[in-house]
Amino acid sequence: MSEVRDDLKYTESHEWVRLNEDGDCIVGITDHAQAALGDLVFVELPEAGSPLTVGDACAVVESVKAASDIYAPITGEVVAVNDQLTDAPELVNEQPYDDGWLFTIRPDDETALGELLEPSDYEEQLDE
Amino acid sequence: MPFIPHTADDIAKMLETIGVDSIDALFDEIPQELMIDGLPDVPAQASEMAVTRLMHERAARDSHDVNFIGAGAYEHHIPAVVWELTTRGEFYSAYTPYQAEASQGTLQVIYEYQTMMAALTGMEVSNASLYDGATALAESALMAVRLNRKSKSKRLLVPSTVSPRYRDTCRSLAGSQELKFELVRFADDSGVVSMDSFKAYDGEDITAVVIQQPNFFGRMEEVHEITNWAHANGALVIAVVNPTSLAVLCPPGEWGDKGADIVCGEGQPLGVPLSSGGPYYGFMTCSKKNVRQMPGRIVGRTVDLDGRSGYTLTLQAREQHIRRSRATSNICTNQGLVVTASTMYMTLLGAEGLARVAGACQSQTGKLVNALSAIDGVRPRFSGPQFHEAVLELDRPVGPVLEQLARRHIIGGFALDGDYPELGNALLVCATETRTDEDIDSYASALRDILAEAKVA
Amino acid sequence: MTEETSIFEKSSKGRRATAQAPLDAQPFDAPDRFLRKKAPLLPEVTELQTVRHFTRLSQKNFSIDTNFYPLGSCTMKYNPRACNTLAMLPGFLGRHPLAPASSGQGYMETMFELQEILKSVTGMEGVSLTPMAGAQGEFAGVAMIRAYHLARGEEHRNEILVPDAAHGTNPATAIMCGCKVVELPTDAEGDVDIDALKKALGPNTAGIMLTNPSTLGVFERHIAEIEKLVHDAGGLLYYDGANLNAILGKVRPGDMGFDVIHMNLHKTFSTPHGGGGPGSGAVGVGKRLLPFMPVPVVGKTDSGFDWLTEKELPQSIGRLSGFMGNAGVLLRAYVYARLLGREGMQRVSEFATLNANYLMARLKEEGFEIAFPTRRASHEFIVTLKSEAKEYGTTATDFAKGLLDHECHSPTVYFPLLVPECLLIEPTETESYEALERFIQAMVDLRRLAETDPDRMHGAPYSTPVRRLDELKAAKSLDLTWHSEATA
Repeated sequence: MSEVRDDLKYTESHEWVRLNEDGDCIVGITDHAQAALGDLVFVELPEAGSPLTVGDACAVVESVKAASDIYAPITGEVVAVNDQLTDAPELVNEQPYDDGWLFTIRPDDETALGELLEPSDYEEQLDE
Repeated sequence: MPFIPHTADDIAKMLETIGVDSIDALFDEIPQELMIDGLPDVPAQASEMAVTRLMHERAARDSHDVNFIGAGAYEHHIPAVVWELTTRGEFYSAYTPYQAEASQGTLQVIYEYQTMMAALTGMEVSNASLYDGATALAESALMAVRLNRKSKSKRLLVPSTVSPRYRDTCRSLAGSQELKFELVRFADDSGVVSMDSFKAYDGEDITAVVIQQPNFFGRMEEVHEITNWAHANGALVIAVVNPTSLAVLCPPGEWGDKGADIVCGEGQPLGVPLSSGGPYYGFMTCSKKNVRQMPGRIVGRTVDLDGRSGYTLTLQAREQHIRRSRATSNICTNQGLVVTASTMYMTLLGAEGLARVAGACQSQTGKLVNALSAIDGVRPRFSGPQFHEAVLELDRPVGPVLEQLARRHIIGGFALDGDYPELGNALLVCATETRTDEDIDSYASALRDILAEAKVA
Repeated sequence: MTEETSIFEKSSKGRRATAQAPLDAQPFDAPDRFLRKKAPLLPEVTELQTVRHFTRLSQKNFSIDTNFYPLGSCTMKYNPRACNTLAMLPGFLGRHPLAPASSGQGYMETMFELQEILKSVTGMEGVSLTPMAGAQGEFAGVAMIRAYHLARGEEHRNEILVPDAAHGTNPATAIMCGCKVVELPTDAEGDVDIDALKKALGPNTAGIMLTNPSTLGVFERHIAEIEKLVHDAGGLLYYDGANLNAILGKVRPGDMGFDVIHMNLHKTFSTPHGGGGPGSGAVGVGKRLLPFMPVPVVGKTDSGFDWLTEKELPQSIGRLSGFMGNAGVLLRAYVYARLLGREGMQRVSEFATLNANYLMARLKEEGFEIAFPTRRASHEFIVTLKSEAKEYGTTATDFAKGLLDHECHSPTVYFPLLVPECLLIEPTETESYEALERFIQAMVDLRRLAETDPDRMHGAPYSTPVRRLDELKAAKSLDLTWHSEATA
């Protein structure tokens, strides 16, 4: 059974979002998603400074035989990306909720986070 | 029945197992009104003997002429080994090497090919090939747009000294993705693009600059200066090169201070017969950091379960069979068999053999230009270094002269008036190492006669 | 089989096969800045070393000439040798693509006749031979559909409908043509979901791309209804000819109402796959798209045969290659068409269908699960190994690799994506009863192995030049060219 953390928000497309104290949001993919994809060989990240609209395909995670788009969970501007993944994409497999984070967005509107799934909703989705 | 192994007994057994009484019954899910009653307009079956005779007759009608056209396809000597081995059934009738364990031969050939193309072009990595040189340029243009994320304009500067056919192909293949190809004129006296023509674009948002070396006229562009100018202006450099010339010419990886970003070209000169334009192949190389934006198949070396070295297709997640609508290209084939031939050709010639071919091409074309320019009414259009092609200017329209030469079984060159009306009565000629001094003499004497006869009349 | 070292490791400085290059060549002459400083790393070997190296490499391949090759969707039928021999006559090989038409009449007459033959077998109004592979044929097709709408002032029509079972090239092509992709679901019996189609059609519909028989190995039974719905909505129909082998001489895409079709000549017309190309993707068009065909096309004039270019076809989508496509492949397809003739073409689809249905019936008899058991197989069909995966933990990949130890090439695995643990099996018409029986026996043996020793299955193949390769290592530590230190 894959891990779902209680302190995060989720999307139906298996991204997680963590709200920082400064109002920025860290985005990654869930434990379930990394397990389904298998060993990652490459992660393509958005450029810092680029504006994103919710639902934009903004990053790609690639395993040997599959590539999946990552969708922006909220609208905002990319303020940081996890450069470590360029040389170590396996971090996403090993620590999907910690060192395997993908990028940080500064949301245009913080209340948009309310639209995201609660941990219990996401767990329910996984059970289906 | 040609190529059908079934005996009457086999058919009966098989139908019984399936549980139908005729082969026709197997088509019962097809709406009957769509079924046709034969193909009356297709010729009847012919024996191998009859078809052999027919094809020999047709081929014989096409085989008497001595060729002096290059313009993107070059007649070189091909060692006997090359196609003898390439058409071995194990290469010829194998599929794409998706099952690596069953395809180590094809995969290792491609890996060796990639190594040779990277070495020739002075780049780090190569793909397993694309359809031909023209489509390789179109794919390079699309790749440049993906790579140059800082540029938003999708504008590419393309000198008019890039092959007109390549430019047309780019427009057909990449035009619908909103790429804009802007033509840069060459200098009338030199046949190359002057730096001033580029400097007119200083400070503008340009995605990439295309440079063909040697260019369509066989002339040498100032590749170092152009490359540095492009990089200073935030543009990428796409090099279009002739692989034979790279035995002696500066490889694109060493152009300017940083080298070209994407290198592509026509692989035909490396062991592929002219054969009316195909199958040829396009090559493409780039630096390792850009490899994920390169279209087409790529082979990598790895190890198997027992730790033995082996080869496999890699980075497949870029390709259409996995990424579907978000793939780097819709391309699904490489020109595997033709690349196999080229790998053998490069192996047999080696760096020194290829350099000799390049030297011989240059000197034969030089002799040809001298012999023809000695005739009244013919002069070289540009002066300065050339590779295996040169532009001549005639004192009258080129078309009728070429027709008369053809009647004497000489294919006298490629008329430029269609693509370059500004050059007047211009003719592009080429002599590779396969044109002997006698070939050149007979061309010169035929042309002398034709031009003189017309004058008398 | 021992490992074959790379050609670079066989190289010795100063060793050459000098018979191959001109002896008395002048050194190349140009100003220094244009010249190369250091010779490129190409091997220095003899002719005999070259011959041994490449002959030994060839022996590491599976091929139609050496193995049964039931690769679904790829039509790996026998490639008659006469096609190769006759396409490689010196008169054809020596012709420069820009030589005047007058000096290539033998070649051009052949191409003209091939266009006519392909028109007849597809029921279309015109054929262009220039696309160099199936994917380029697809590009030409969708680009023509787009050009048609633009010419009618309907620029907004940019949506291409593609069934979810389609080849990956279909959606990739639509994007290359500047269109959007709308995916259509498939119903439980393998046909296009008509209700979903009705919903997807609208004022922005440019067209639909269909493979028929579909990639699921069944004939699309609602084709007449789909044709009417799409045309009524103002869209055009594109036929992906990947599976033309199944219906050759029986049904014609033109009669089904398609506006454009591409043919994979390397499948249906038996030109070689060559280890991944060259292919050839000739396109056929109906009346609506005739003015938009890619150039050049061969035309017939009073004095013989000539090229038709943008001059004659001003609305053409243009040129798709430097010259005129894969001429040598087209010659092979022509020879094949003449050897078969009209009688032989019908036999192609008849015996391809017989072999597929026989194989399907026998595998079912042996207890394998067929993905669409109520349907007739076309020239191919799907086995799903999901129960073997569940019971023994052996996957479709395990079976695919295990077949290699039985000297059969694997069927297509994990395509179409809709069917779990699937094998897409296409025996083709040129395989004998005995070859099919050997394959069935291999499948039965493998399932027994899966039952008794699944670990051994996971380790297959054992008899090939290498065993399963570490693809993760290949993708992560990229080794794409040989370096001398790579051997250290």
